[in-house]
Order: sequence, then structure tokens, then C-alpha cells
Amino acid sequence: MVHEKDDETLRAGFSGEIKHRLGGETITLCYQCGTCAASCPVAKVTEKFNPRGVIKLALLGERQEVLSGSAIWLCSSCYNCQERCPQKVEIADVIYALRNIAIMSGHTPNIYSEFASGLMKEGRIVPISKFVEKKRTDYGLPPLKSAGVEAIKKILSTTGFDKIQWKKEGTP
Amino acid sequence: MTSYALFLGCTIPARQPHYEASARKALPQLGIELVDLDNMTCCAPPPLQSIDLETSLSIAAYNICLAEEADLNMITLCTGCFESLAMANTMLKQNEKLKARVNQILSSAGKEFKGNKEVKHYLQVLTQDVGLDRLKKSVTKDLSSLKVASFSGCHLLRPSALLKFDDPERPHVFDELIEALGAKSIWYRNKLKCCGGLLRGYADDVALAIAREKIVNTTKAGADCIVTLCPFCFLTLDLGQMLIKSAFHEEYNIPVLHYAELLGLALGIEPKELALDFHKIRLDKLLSEIR
Repeated sequence: MVHEKDDETLRAGFSGEIKHRLGGETITLCYQCGTCAASCPVAKVTEKFNPRGVIKLALLGERQEVLSGSAIWLCSSCYNCQERCPQKVEIADVIYALRNIAIMSGHTPNIYSEFASGLMKEGRIVPISKFVEKKRTDYGLPPLKSAGVEAIKKILSTTGFDKIQWKKEGTP
Repeated sequence: MTSYALFLGCTIPARQPHYEASARKALPQLGIELVDLDNMTCCAPPPLQSIDLETSLSIAAYNICLAEEADLNMITLCTGCFESLAMANTMLKQNEKLKARVNQILSSAGKEFKGNKEVKHYLQVLTQDVGLDRLKKSVTKDLSSLKVASFSGCHLLRPSALLKFDDPERPHVFDELIEALGAKSIWYRNKLKCCGGLLRGYADDVALAIAREKIVNTTKAGADCIVTLCPFCFLTLDLGQMLIKSAFHEEYNIPVLHYAELLGLALGIEPKELALDFHKIRLDKLLSEIR
């Protein structure tokens, strides 16, 4: 029975962990009505994601399944669910909180590592190509001002963003 | 002239010079001066919020600090940038504790978020500073034969509690701005639904299935074109039609334009000035209907 109690503490621990992260504060207000799932454009085209299901798993304490799976990465951040939630669960923000925890735990989809690398190198996540640079001049657009890379580096170092380990293994 | 600090973001200058060119040429004609500031960076949009919300909030706040230092309100073209920056601006103005936390982070970069400036999408600038009457009077071309399917994208409207742009379920501002140019803004099924653009790169098949629905619905409603505000919506629906053609063997060829381009055309700016050759779906037929 001691084992069960420990397990119980651990399960409560995951919703606690989410609640204490920026974006995750409202997760425990969810009563599983499914308004979110009915409003979700992604759930309409794939069975791999529905917001109600993700929140249920998280509340059940299934940390590993939530963080290593693909579901949390399939939210399109449209905020339809968040607008309509009768319990005022900030669902899209909860998904961000879950993604933040997943990345801290080493589960980073490759595309997100690429975004981070662009930001760290150039201060922008979309690089400027020579072709577009020339086109910009042709159309009389002013030369692009330089991005504040030095300031960004200082911010990233203060929050620990630059120390995130972009592990390839366990990619959802 | 009303002056704004222009926040261009990453995608528009790097991928969609037609959006930038049309905004830079059309807005000054309406008395809006766009000021370019040094050292602006990425706005910290959903892909970065997905990595770390606290960092993203700090980066958004850093950019707002640059506008505060220049004593200018900020104007955005991209709705993604609008969402990231306006959301951060509202959150930090409302929450002292969060503001203190972010300011502690910003102090490493020698910045302090004060919270004395506004972040506006250019549609807000058009309605609030220019006004529908002046806009209507500035139109020199006849767009009355155009049936437009407006698509604002998600992040102009939602989360509405923080963005405060329009009614999130029954918005009207964007449609009024289209009609002010003389075109007809039409209804189509699931008009407010997401384009799936943010899933590109992670789940391309899911993103394309959602985009296809938007193309099908606008086509069925008899739209002559789709008008967008967000560079990701544009890419998803313009380039997306090429991808739909190869994946689903369906051809739609419905032109997609940014509102700034339609505005530029309505004001009488020559199409070649607007860099329209960046579009994948040809605009020739559409342009021939604008007289």
C-alpha cells in the first residue's frame, strides 16, 4: 500500500508541476466537458490530438505519456478552445506549459530546435536569403536594420534558454 | 502624419516583400508614417512560446522597450507579431509581479519595460487614426466587382481577453475595412476557423488538410480572392494550393492577397510597385477586374 500512496503523490505532482509554470495555472479547473474538442480544427482532421484528451492525461498524472507523445505538438495555437471554455481553462496556454516542460525534459521536435538556433544566431527565426535581399532593393525597400542579437543573447542566457539541451533522441 | 514604430518581424522581410512593399507604399498615403528602429528582433511567436514562455515574454517586452525609448506606439503587419507583442504588453501592464520578473530578466540587456505604449495592428490604425470615411475617400480604383473572402487568421482575434481587437465570434472590423475599399466581403463556411499554418514543419499532412478546407469553402462561396493579414495564413493558402494540387490532385487557383496589397491597389498604386510577382497563384484575372 505504501507503493500506491507514493504513486498517488507522484500523480498529484504532475498537475502541481503544470500549475506552477507560466501558462499552466488554470489546468485543474477542467471538468472534461469537451467544448474544447468540439471547437478544435485539428481534432476534426486527426485522431492524434484533442485538447480534452491531453488535459485528461495530464490531470491523471501520465507525465511520461504526455511529454514524450506527439499530441501536445499538434495544437495549432488557434485559441478557439480557450475562448469557449466554460471553466476559463487557458487551454492553449496550458499546452504551451506542457511543451515547455517537455523541452526541459529533452523531448524537442526537430523543427523547434531549428527555430531556437535561428534565434540564437541571428535574433530572427527566419533567415534572410540573398535572393530576397536583392528583390527588396529592386522594389525600393530600405535595407533591413540589424537585429539586436547581443541583447537577445543576454536575455537567453539569463533565462537559461541558451543552456537547453536540444536532444535528438526521444523526439516526439 | 501619425508616426508609429514599425515592427516588421521575421517572415515578412525574409519571405514576403510584397506585403512590406504594399504597406510601406499605402500607409503613408493615408497619413501614417512608419519609423524603422534599430535592434528589433523576433517577436517571440508561438514556436518560441512553445520552447519557453518566460523567455518569449521577455523578448516581446524587449522589443516594446525599443518603442518606449523612441516614444512611439508600435504598429505590426503580421498578426503573429501582433499577438505576441500585444499579448505581452497587456499581460505585463496587468500583472505587476510578472512585470517585475520580466524586468529582472531585461535588466541583463539594459532594458526596462515601463508599459506606457500601445501595440497596434495596422487594421486598428486604419480604423482609429485614418477612419473609414477618409479611407473610402482615398480609393481611386473600382473594386465593386470583387467578391472577397476575408480571412483574418486566429491571432488577430484570439485570445480576445488580451488582444481586445474585435468580437472573437462575430468580428466585423476587417470586413468593414474591405468594404470601405469598395469590394464585397462575403460569408463562407467556417470563416473564423484556423488555417493550420502553425503545424507546417511538424505535421504537414494535418496542416494541409485544414488548409484545404479553407480553400474548398472559399471557392464554394464563389469568392474571387481570399484576403489575409498573416504571412503564415498567406503561405498556407497561396503556396498551399500547389501542395493541395500534388497531394489531392485538385486545382483551385483562387488568388490570395494581403489586405495591404488590396489597399495599395485600391489607392491606385501600380501592381508592379507592390512586388506581386511573389505570389504563387497568378493575379492577372483579378487585376483585370480592378478598374
